[in-house]
Amino acid sequence: MARFSPYDNNGGTCVAIAGADYCVIAADTRMSTGYSILTRDYSKICKLADKCLLASSGFQADVRALQKVLSSRHLVYQHQHNKQMSCPAMGQLLSNTLYYKRFFPYYAFNVLGGLDSEGKGCVFTYDAVGSYERVGYSSQGSGSTLIMPVLDNQLKSPSPLLLPAKDAVTPLLENEAVDLVKDVFASAAERDIYTGDRVEIVIVNAEGIRREYIELRKD
Amino acid sequence: MSIFEYNGSALVAMVGKNCFAIASDRRLGVQLQTVATDFQRVFKIHEKLYIGLAGLATDVQTLYQRLVFRHKLYQLNEERDMKPETFASLVSHILYEKRFGPYFCQPVIAGLGDDDKPFICTMDSIGAKELAKDFVVAGTASESLYGACESMYKADMEPEELFETVSQALQASVDRDCLSGWGGHVFLVTPTEVRETNLKGRMD
Amino acid sequence: MSKSAIEVPPKSGFSFDLCRRNDMILNKSGVKPPTYRKTGTTIVGLIFEDGVILGADTRATEGPIVADKNCEKIHYMAPNIYCCGAGTAADTEAVTDMVSSQLQLHRYATGRESRVVTALTLLKSHLFRYQGHVSAALVLGGVDITGPHLHTIYPHGSTDTLPYATMGSGSLAAMAMFESKYKEGLTRDEGIKLVCDAICAGIFNDLGSGSNVDVCVITKGKKDYLRNHMLPNPRTYVSAKGFAFTKGQTEVLSTKITPLMQKLEVAEDAMEE
Repeated sequence: MARFSPYDNNGGTCVAIAGADYCVIAADTRMSTGYSILTRDYSKICKLADKCLLASSGFQADVRALQKVLSSRHLVYQHQHNKQMSCPAMGQLLSNTLYYKRFFPYYAFNVLGGLDSEGKGCVFTYDAVGSYERVGYSSQGSGSTLIMPVLDNQLKSPSPLLLPAKDAVTPLLENEAVDLVKDVFASAAERDIYTGDRVEIVIVNAEGIRREYIELRKD
Repeated sequence: MSIFEYNGSALVAMVGKNCFAIASDRRLGVQLQTVATDFQRVFKIHEKLYIGLAGLATDVQTLYQRLVFRHKLYQLNEERDMKPETFASLVSHILYEKRFGPYFCQPVIAGLGDDDKPFICTMDSIGAKELAKDFVVAGTASESLYGACESMYKADMEPEELFETVSQALQASVDRDCLSGWGGHVFLVTPTEVRETNLKGRMD
Repeated sequence: MSKSAIEVPPKSGFSFDLCRRNDMILNKSGVKPPTYRKTGTTIVGLIFEDGVILGADTRATEGPIVADKNCEKIHYMAPNIYCCGAGTAADTEAVTDMVSSQLQLHRYATGRESRVVTALTLLKSHLFRYQGHVSAALVLGGVDITGPHLHTIYPHGSTDTLPYATMGSGSLAAMAMFESKYKEGLTRDEGIKLVCDAICAGIFNDLGSGSNVDVCVITKGKKDYLRNHMLPNPRTYVSAKGFAFTKGQTEVLSTKITPLMQKLEVAEDAMEE
């Protein structure tokens, strides 16, 4: 007898890079299942607060539910504190939200990016059940294994075990980081069948939020 | 776990201008436990022809011995070395012969043919040939290697640059793979010389 | 088992030597068997006014990863017969190679042009013998003394004879184009256009298919193999700066340099004395 299976994988790749005064969050816009493309224009990036964005791949139904929970929690936070949630606070909230469903998890692989309260770029990377870490750069989703070594090679961040702690932010300039993101996505689209169509790149800096798009392979 | 992941491996071959490089990691493990850190996966067939074998170590060594035997037999019969294309077909046939009980290894073949034209090729474990003009990869770190090579490869590199590119791609990839690593072993072959290099890598 | 301790070349057929060992490894220790390279694939063929057109994409996959971006799926069978292959890459390659050499031998023996039905029978009897374990799904096309022919062959050995056919994971996308646009007596250009449309439908709508379009047009006494007839998927972005690695950037433990002997040209003097 066929068993009920509540999960699907809709593929897709997310990348985030933190700089000294900016953060780049990017994801492709393909949503697929099996060997079929469901849509070529689906944004995986969700704006949670003024300076905090979430990019998620995995099962997009769960991702939507998760985004809805986070948005409503953020609304309550705004009413109670009369301010936007900071990115590190949102990072902790996301972790708690994921762990709350430890035994029926959200099938979502998240990267949270934005600026912290000092205006520095910050990136948080997660597993599906809420284990998280603040890092200088991260990649999640179907193309992450292809992208991660390239980011390591170009942005190698200091060990988190070093004392005194070093900043995890990358040394690149904003335009260099955006260029690197475009290149790694073009590479991932060449070899990963679930990554393609278009990349949505969101750049957060002191001036606000800016979006860029580049086309990827459509096959 | 797949049988290819039992010992762990990383292999890459890349083409440059009239030259090629073939590189492997040096780890031999039994699942997550490292057993040896000087394991050889890339073998010389003749001066301008090399084969790397990813996958189960026992089959790597058995298959290598059979290939050496077949190549020596060819040398005795023909009084010449095999062309890379011929050798690739030989490997493919030996693997496909065992279609329903395969050797658990994935070969990477690299050589200089007539007029020192570089030739690289890879196969799956039952001999489906894949000829490429740029680079080929195999092993447990293959996904990472695809990503790294796809970004870092440039056409018509000179030997020096090719060596650095292959080494950086290999190191970056094995550092994201638990089952391969512990340094690298690179063969850089030009029409005039072979440079064999041991790379320093992370020991974890 | 072979009688000699070492396996010497002249031997044919499959070898099952490692089956028992592999069975022990795979079933008694809980490790999974390997996956083989597949050609996810859209392959098509159609009959037009004076011959047959075959088409294929050029992507080979291993799970979700593209193993080969530009492989050849239209295989040579005979000068007047070609065959598109989908399924396990090694099987399609081996089965078409084997049958094409049998056809060559048959031509040597008879001195006549090969017929498409001969190729068809050889292919289907091989596939039927292996009960679907040789997983090759084929579209066979050619023009012989009896006119143009197009067949599909399934992995278990069953065959169809059709005016237009598709196979592989993109077969539905490609068939949608054929069903809406195919008609009898297409001209050569219309035929190529329709084949390209069908392959492109597979390339863009099926994730198992991708990259470029290969086309092969076979007419009486002539064939045109249009390798990479269309290249609809170039890389979309190349970093302006690129990745530049400086000499000595990689840490090296030891280096051994072996100079290679230069090939000596031996002047062939006429034997004197």
